[in-house]
Amino acid sequence: MTSREKILSAVKTNQPELTTLPDVDFLLQEDVDISEKFIAALTAIGGQVIAVENHAGIKAFIAENFEQPSRKITTVSQLGDVAEYIGDNSANPHSLENVDYAIIEAGLAVAENGAIWVSEDKIRIRVLPFITQHLAVIVSQKDIVPTMHYAYNKIGSTDYGFATFIAGPSKTADIEQSLVLGAHGSRSMTIFLMS
Amino acid sequence: MSEIQNTTNHADLAEVFNNDEARVDWHDETLWWIRSKRDVAVNKINNWEELRETASQIKHNVLSNLSNYLQQFESNALSNGIIVHWAADAKEHNQIVLSILRKHSIGQMVKSKSMLTEECHLNDFLEENGINVIDSDLGERIVQLAKEMPSHIVLPCIHKKKEEIGELFHQHLGTPAGNADPQFLTETARQHLRDTFLTRRAALTGVNFAIAETGEFVVCTNEGNADMGAHLADVHIASMGIEKIIPERKHLGVFLRLLTRSATGQPITTYSSHFKRPNKGKEMHIIIVDNGRSIQLGREAFRNSLKCIRCGACMNTCPVYRRSGGHSYHNAISGPIGSILAPNLDMEKYADLPFASTLCGSCTNVCPVKIDIHQQLYKWRQVIVKNGYVPAAKTASMKIMDWTLSSPTAYHTAGKAGRMVLKYAPFMVNNKLNPWYKHRDMPEPPKESFGEWYKKNRK
Repeated sequence: MTSREKILSAVKTNQPELTTLPDVDFLLQEDVDISEKFIAALTAIGGQVIAVENHAGIKAFIAENFEQPSRKITTVSQLGDVAEYIGDNSANPHSLENVDYAIIEAGLAVAENGAIWVSEDKIRIRVLPFITQHLAVIVSQKDIVPTMHYAYNKIGSTDYGFATFIAGPSKTADIEQSLVLGAHGSRSMTIFLMS
Repeated sequence: MSEIQNTTNHADLAEVFNNDEARVDWHDETLWWIRSKRDVAVNKINNWEELRETASQIKHNVLSNLSNYLQQFESNALSNGIIVHWAADAKEHNQIVLSILRKHSIGQMVKSKSMLTEECHLNDFLEENGINVIDSDLGERIVQLAKEMPSHIVLPCIHKKKEEIGELFHQHLGTPAGNADPQFLTETARQHLRDTFLTRRAALTGVNFAIAETGEFVVCTNEGNADMGAHLADVHIASMGIEKIIPERKHLGVFLRLLTRSATGQPITTYSSHFKRPNKGKEMHIIIVDNGRSIQLGREAFRNSLKCIRCGACMNTCPVYRRSGGHSYHNAISGPIGSILAPNLDMEKYADLPFASTLCGSCTNVCPVKIDIHQQLYKWRQVIVKNGYVPAAKTASMKIMDWTLSSPTAYHTAGKAGRMVLKYAPFMVNNKLNPWYKHRDMPEPPKESFGEWYKKNRK
């Protein structure tokens, strides 16, 4: 008998009588002021939110705040004139080793915890939002949902090879519970909140 | 890892930890602070109890249909292009990892946090076979440099003071002697491990949740180390226990809301990464490990322990864990949950652990999937006694207790004698030979028992 057969047969013999899977849709509870809640949640976990009206607003902020010289990458075609544009997934992940700023676009954002959702088609190269020193994410106000239940409702059965929720800069408190931002992933997270 | 930790029991190891009273107080307060942060986060969620109940029921359904879910997960993962392995025990798991590395002629691997690989002692095995392993979670890297086991599943080096970490970094990473600044030490680790991530061709991660419906798995970190390792390597190996399955993607909404609020009071981990398909030209492996879990599944009284999502809330709240330290449990998973998982693996070796509890029930109250932890601890005690694994001293005192409680005369005499001793000869109990006197004073004895009072006043 293979280990697979051994495990499956032991599990089958020992598992308890079948119980029903509970419904989780009752957890979808509408909420108000979700933009404010998203901003509060993200700020509390060390991120910053910049309100912008359009891509021109983002460019102005980049010009003013993202110091030179630095390597900037974007997966947003409208920002191709202020950062290196990556339009497909052909680049070697190791070539992103020296990226200072990455500007990407979120699929959705979650008010209760400040997380943004990106799948592979938004980041192109899986390692990009992690390897960059600083991460900036464009979020449309209309894409903010109240809770994780709404987020997964919206994600539904979308296909992706890789996708992730990102909530704030990378962090650790492993040394005596002192919070330090910038563990292995990005040191900062800026959200461009577009109305 | 060390011999001492494997050959002794919780009470002796706790005694070692208790030698440094100031450190014990600090450890106790730090963990209680984390528990308090959990409370603040939980109180912001208006339907927290419904969420816990739902999570518990989902997990119950998982356990009741696990053989089907495992096959569904396997078949979906395979069609996603993931290579699936099955390991009956720790040894087979370790062999599979080694064979994958050997196949690719890889001699160095970077690893993110996986309690399962701690349970399997994977690092030791790979080192013996000439494979260099670097743990990339900061806390795990620190205990790895110190040649220790993690003392907590979420906070691996919670037992260490920053000065000790500064000294470790000085010895191993060349930082200036005496520098114990967390910001500086974290930055040093970031630089050092960035080089590791960029040069390793294989990365191993744990699995927080594996979704039967889609064949994808989710890995949660705050540091970003799992993603840095996995996306830069050619080969990604993910190790999971059979109980990590959840039925559908939407159930992640429930578990991701519960996990970090219970663990540290954060609303969610910084990264919750969903791995569904390997990148072009890369390999993704999943090793599904049993290692005693199917046996625990068959123990009706203890199967609920398999619902655990490894948040560590039961440790942070436990008055015994906080004052005895994680290493006193001499098991990869310490604290209350470790004490109900370990005897399943080896009842004799871990016979002491279910007794390392006051049965106060705080663990059960904070558990996000409503495992009846303190009740299982109590039940394990009975199983262990029935199987004859109780230390002789405990058996003798239990027998005396049994006799005293079953005879009214003996009971009244014993009570009277106890009150007399505390009144006239307190030194008889307030001395170091009495384990109950350690770290606490004996109470003022009442003048009379309730029985005596009642006899006088019942008219």
